[in-house]
Amino acid sequence: MTSIYDASRFESDHTFEADVAIVGTGAGGGTAAEILSQHGLRVIMLEEGPYWTAADFKMLERESYPNLYQESAARKTKDKGVNILQGRAVGGSTTVNWTSSFRTPAKTLDYWRERFGLSDYTDAALAPYFEERERRLNVARWAEPPNANNDVLQRGAAALGIPTAIVPRNVKGCWNLGYCGMGCPTNAKQSMLITTIPSALSRGATLVSRVRAERFVLDARGRVASLECLAMDGRGIHPTAHRVTVRARHFIAAAGAIGSPALLLRSALPDPHARVGKRTFLHPTVISAAVMPQTVDAFSGAPQSVYSDHFLYIAPLDGPIGFKLEVPPLHPVLTSTTITAFGLDETRAMASFRNTSAIIALLRDGFHPESEGGMVELQSDGTPLLDYPFTAYVWEGARRALDAMAKIQFAAGARTVFPLHENARPYRSLAHARAAIAAFPMEILRTRVASAHVMGGCAMGADPKRSVVDGDGRHHHVDNVSVFDGSVFPTSIGANPQLSIYGIVARNAQRLASALI
Amino acid sequence: MNRRQWIGSAVAAGVLIAGAGAAYEFQPDSDRAILAAIGPVMLEGSLPPDAMQAFLDGFDIAVAGLTPSVQHDVEQLMTLLRLPPTRLLLAGVIKPWHLASRDEIAAFLTRWRYSGMATLRSAYDALHQLSCAAWYGNDRAWPQTGYPGPPKLR
Repeated sequence: MTSIYDASRFESDHTFEADVAIVGTGAGGGTAAEILSQHGLRVIMLEEGPYWTAADFKMLERESYPNLYQESAARKTKDKGVNILQGRAVGGSTTVNWTSSFRTPAKTLDYWRERFGLSDYTDAALAPYFEERERRLNVARWAEPPNANNDVLQRGAAALGIPTAIVPRNVKGCWNLGYCGMGCPTNAKQSMLITTIPSALSRGATLVSRVRAERFVLDARGRVASLECLAMDGRGIHPTAHRVTVRARHFIAAAGAIGSPALLLRSALPDPHARVGKRTFLHPTVISAAVMPQTVDAFSGAPQSVYSDHFLYIAPLDGPIGFKLEVPPLHPVLTSTTITAFGLDETRAMASFRNTSAIIALLRDGFHPESEGGMVELQSDGTPLLDYPFTAYVWEGARRALDAMAKIQFAAGARTVFPLHENARPYRSLAHARAAIAAFPMEILRTRVASAHVMGGCAMGADPKRSVVDGDGRHHHVDNVSVFDGSVFPTSIGANPQLSIYGIVARNAQRLASALI
Repeated sequence: MNRRQWIGSAVAAGVLIAGAGAAYEFQPDSDRAILAAIGPVMLEGSLPPDAMQAFLDGFDIAVAGLTPSVQHDVEQLMTLLRLPPTRLLLAGVIKPWHLASRDEIAAFLTRWRYSGMATLRSAYDALHQLSCAAWYGNDRAWPQTGYPGPPKLR
């Protein structure tokens, strides 16, 4: 009997039963599905996006963004100030991420133990989980030379005495194409799509794609009895007429840090201290472009291979906001939509496309009283919206990051540097760039801000007054619900979050399996 | 009345007009006329006249990929641009779109881009992002940028 369903093709209502139902098939859901099925539990995976595989990945932005991303890769915060890149496909964001695989920084864990009572979250206690997941997903430092885009960061930083390092990536036999963000066409990326999900399916798990989890239904004892879902149309925009009901002993929310809080809110699960959806973090990301004298071809080659944590650790975590420096791939749609100018200014910028490089700064939010993050709320149609207000504290870091990136780009020999701000123009000298950056009005929709890392909203912690789940990801108030994704992080990570999710979910899924069998 | 108050009252007027019965509904033909006027200014120097149909189709596809609530926002924006009173008050475009000059449209886009009101800046951003997605996703936009297209795997 087949165990893979596309709910957009359902012609009637469907009911499924399993030991464990998992909402979402990204880093959290995929990891949990493999581990729970290895323990002999019957698992069902529910995914709102489509089940696309390598043969479908044509490396075309016009196909990948509408099909593989939330809201066609144009998801916005409530005031439209931040563009959020989040996957929506079997494999979740792991299908479209840029493969950077960092363990949770030790200082982040220190902060979680001190401030959130997560006493078990020590570097030593988590290391075996990270090691095991790194082996499972073939995580290793990228051995090929960085592409020219990453080389700008490496050379510029070196010229200024700023240390950089090589990014660990979850790839096997990578062709160095540069299209990770559109789905890996060669199955080199060790995403959930080709690792844990097939592994769970081979152990009898069920996968339903194009289905939206609507709400948990509580029984008289306050446990979840079932999960009500809507079959979605083939584009994933509108529900069809058919409902999907899932009965299980245990339910896992792994729908990402916007989807999971939204599911709990729609379900009206007990939330006596109104914590669900609060403290949602983004690693708000600012961007600096540079035109180099040489061809860069930033669309080609491993997108992220060089990074610098220098600006994360020059001040205490709860001091001025720190930032991680990385590099983004540049493709025509991503680049042109991110450039703020229009008309001939933009056309001229796009004419330098092959010589353009960029650096991004990911601000580490959530470690300071003026960085409480955002709040997930529900719209009238039940879909989520993230309200993420910016504070002067965060803007100060954004300005400092634009300044630091311009310095690095000029040190690498940039002909012009273009900080992504409405008031910017291409600057030919560092002095001009710095003077302009110092004077930029730092506001939403003037400073370009993006995010590819949504975290928090169902924080874990020892104190139910300040958190939604405990350190094992178990819901504080509903016995048979767990949250297994990046929404459990009580702060941002300060690094690309996928390996943090893999490791922490591996820990918590093993504990859950022991409790259920 | 200073400029910010003027724009604020214009937005209020627009919402009133739109809410007063001129319901937000897609009017594909007139929306296409608006986009056929804005597109060549937004993408000046890149979008050739004979690619207009591809651009308009690309715009429709990009909007169709948004959630129903964001599609509603876009429809609302198109309604404000379509109705003459709000076109005049909010966009500052006096003539109907098909008669508006390049400079008038560029001035409208610039006003919204640098507006003191985040709502108008976000409306500029939406028009800009959808226009760029509609055009730069198309193979025909690539040669001018030097982008060779995706690699051939075999």
